[in-house]
Amino acid sequence: MASEFTPGEIMVAAAAREIRDGEVAFVGMRLPLLAFCVAKRTHAPQAVGLFEAGVIRDAAPPSMLYTMCDPPNIAGAAGCVPMLTLMSVLQRGDVDVGFIGGAEVDRYGNLNTSYIGSYEAPKVRLPGSGGAADIACLARRLVIIMPHERRRFRTRVDYVTSPGFGAGPGWRAHVGLPGGGPSALITTMGVFEYDRAAGEAVLRSCHPGVTVDDIRRESGDLVFRVDTTEPTAGPTAEELSIIREYDPTGFWTG
Amino acid sequence: MSKVMSMRDAVERFVPDGASVLLGAGLEGLIPFAAGHEIMRQRKHNLTLLGPISDMLFDQMIGSGCATRVCAAWVGNVSAGLGHCYRRAVEHGIPHPVEVHDHSNFTFALALSAAAQGVPYMPTRTALGTDLLKTNPGLRVIESPYDGSPLVAVQALEPDVAFVAVQRADEEGAAHCWGAMGVAAEACLASRSVVLVAEQLASHETIESDPNRVLAPHFRVSAVVHEPFACHPSPMQGFYGRDHAAYHAYHDVTRTETGFAAWENEWVHGVGDRRGYIAKLGHERLERLFIRRRRLAAEVDYGL
Repeated sequence: MASEFTPGEIMVAAAAREIRDGEVAFVGMRLPLLAFCVAKRTHAPQAVGLFEAGVIRDAAPPSMLYTMCDPPNIAGAAGCVPMLTLMSVLQRGDVDVGFIGGAEVDRYGNLNTSYIGSYEAPKVRLPGSGGAADIACLARRLVIIMPHERRRFRTRVDYVTSPGFGAGPGWRAHVGLPGGGPSALITTMGVFEYDRAAGEAVLRSCHPGVTVDDIRRESGDLVFRVDTTEPTAGPTAEELSIIREYDPTGFWTG
Repeated sequence: MSKVMSMRDAVERFVPDGASVLLGAGLEGLIPFAAGHEIMRQRKHNLTLLGPISDMLFDQMIGSGCATRVCAAWVGNVSAGLGHCYRRAVEHGIPHPVEVHDHSNFTFALALSAAAQGVPYMPTRTALGTDLLKTNPGLRVIESPYDGSPLVAVQALEPDVAFVAVQRADEEGAAHCWGAMGVAAEACLASRSVVLVAEQLASHETIESDPNRVLAPHFRVSAVVHEPFACHPSPMQGFYGRDHAAYHAYHDVTRTETGFAAWENEWVHGVGDRRGYIAKLGHERLERLFIRRRRLAAEVDYGL
């Protein structure tokens, strides 16, 4: 394990480990993109990355990207197709894992990136879904990445942009959602996995230097179970060098 | 018959007050900022903005006061964060309130696809169980007539006009487009009028040489605007990269209403037209964005 790393860097390393070799991953931008790059170049060389604008990548992009449509993401892509083609692939169940971030998450893994407060009189208008709702509805597994801040963990989010387990066990099947729902929540303090039968988060590991009590204190209204926890494995020297190759100034992970 | 006209004429003709206007079909690339800025210069009113993401262009148009409704999956500034003008409009009604119909990228694409195919809706399983169903009247849950499963019926969305950026077009509106195209093809079929914003005006022979690369039937196109660098600061594959600094600078200066007004005066009204905008950007800045290393595709043989 490398000795010094930022919370962003350990989140990327943890997220990379959620991509298994040979899987099809709906990637998105920022930390998930870096996670895809790390996974591709370490344990998952056969993984395929999809970007909702229509880009299919067999190889990590050659340089840091600010958006999925930056020209280096398209040059050398395995394919560049209409957005509807990739959304169709997602809907028919071909995507193993998707990544999204959220402004707020609740006890059942529902995410809000739309409105803090009400639709009629919002306190904060957030940007909205983009492709996040689609990934949450349709991917076989959903990995959520977000900063660990009390205000972000709610009993019930104000607005369900991207559904997790809705109102609890059985809800996804009841409303007709085909995807599997959240499998992991990676924060700046630890990694949770979801008990998908109960629809609830279970703390799996605390990042180095963080205790379970620290996490409890900073988790606001998030309800989670604690079984046996261990320290999150930090980024290896190799993982860290890949992350810093893509993000040399710490723009995303600093 | 040539469909070539200036951006000024295209906006005057195809964007009446109250129109629904699709911009940014390519998501974060190929965004025709030049069209949006001309709409702002002509001080159009009461527009409905349609687009999946459109990066910060919608924020600018909302700040200028030309939009009263937004129908989109995402509005903000992709690399810098929240859209300040969007927030001011939705949270405080500044410069006036905007009504939002929330889509996801998939439902937006399906809404266009329905209009493109001339049917009232498209069924999908996405968005089931989300609150998008509550904040978009064009998303309704129905039951499949075949297996009874719940589906979302996404209502067809027929823009009055779509501005679609392409690398090259001929005078009649046959065009080649490449790179990440998002919903560009659906937009060309779904919209009542289509204005192509072309980096290059190409000969008919050039377009005919590669018919598989043609974006849409040329008879769907109403106008061709030849406007180099029309997508800055968004990228155009094969021509120029994304000007990240422009997004961050805009984000910083538009934190306040007066900051936005100053930005708008400087970069939209003050420049007069796209030529003035490019002159203001300056040669050095453009030079840094131009593609340096060409990467040509293999030849395609359509031989007989």
